[in-house]
Amino acid sequence: MHSAVQRANALVTIAAILLAALCTAASFLDSFNSPSVQAHVEVVKINRFKRQLDGNDEVKMTLNISMNLESIFTWNTKQVFVFLAAEYETEKNSLNQVSLWDHIVQEKERASFRVKVPTKYPLIDQGSNLRGKKIGLVLHWHVMPKSGRMIRDKMPLSYLSLPNSYTTKS
Amino acid sequence: MDWQGQKHAEMLMQIFLVASAVAAFAIGYFMRDFRLMMLIYAGGVVLTALVTVPNWPFFNRQPLKWLDPSEVEKHPKPQVSSNTTFSSSKKKSSKNK
Repeated sequence: MHSAVQRANALVTIAAILLAALCTAASFLDSFNSPSVQAHVEVVKINRFKRQLDGNDEVKMTLNISMNLESIFTWNTKQVFVFLAAEYETEKNSLNQVSLWDHIVQEKERASFRVKVPTKYPLIDQGSNLRGKKIGLVLHWHVMPKSGRMIRDKMPLSYLSLPNSYTTKS
Repeated sequence: MDWQGQKHAEMLMQIFLVASAVAAFAIGYFMRDFRLMMLIYAGGVVLTALVTVPNWPFFNRQPLKWLDPSEVEKHPKPQVSSNTTFSSSKKKSSKNK
């Protein structure tokens, strides 16, 4: 500690250790937050259900989505990525997941909303297994904190039964 | 900076940094504002640097008291013996043992 450079070095070292401690503490407190997400989704209309030229089934629909993600937000939350996935089982795969719609929520004030949207991404199967299939709609969310690890969670919302025949000829 | 000054500087540095970290975390948590916590902590670090890094006069209040030159004259350093032959012969004899 006899020179200014040595004191500056000691200062920066202690400051960095304490900064790491602050971030760790902030991240640790996040684990005591147990959010209760409320969400609801319904299929307003199936706009298109067809077999593509390459033989894969494709579904486009309009969705009514409402959710309240406010309880996810803590002082350490940077943003929340939320997406609606269609999950179903086929002979080939025990779980197929297709993202239909997603959204990034950056503020707690905007975390409660209701939208009526066409699916952002079409539901395309690997093959033609979708006729008469029961499809689960699952809401997934990834909480990205300012410091600490990303938290993933999901909640099954409702089921959708696709019609037994295509609505559009390819 | 004298010895006491160095001790005080180190103590001040640790107390200031820990205090600003605790204050920043408490205020940030209760205001639910992560950015505020970082700003308060950064301010604390800058303040601590200003207080402890430069060689302020109050770190030099107990300067080391060196002996007077006159004292040195009264107690002269022990001189190396001029009887080199004796010492060398002694060394040789010890080596031969």
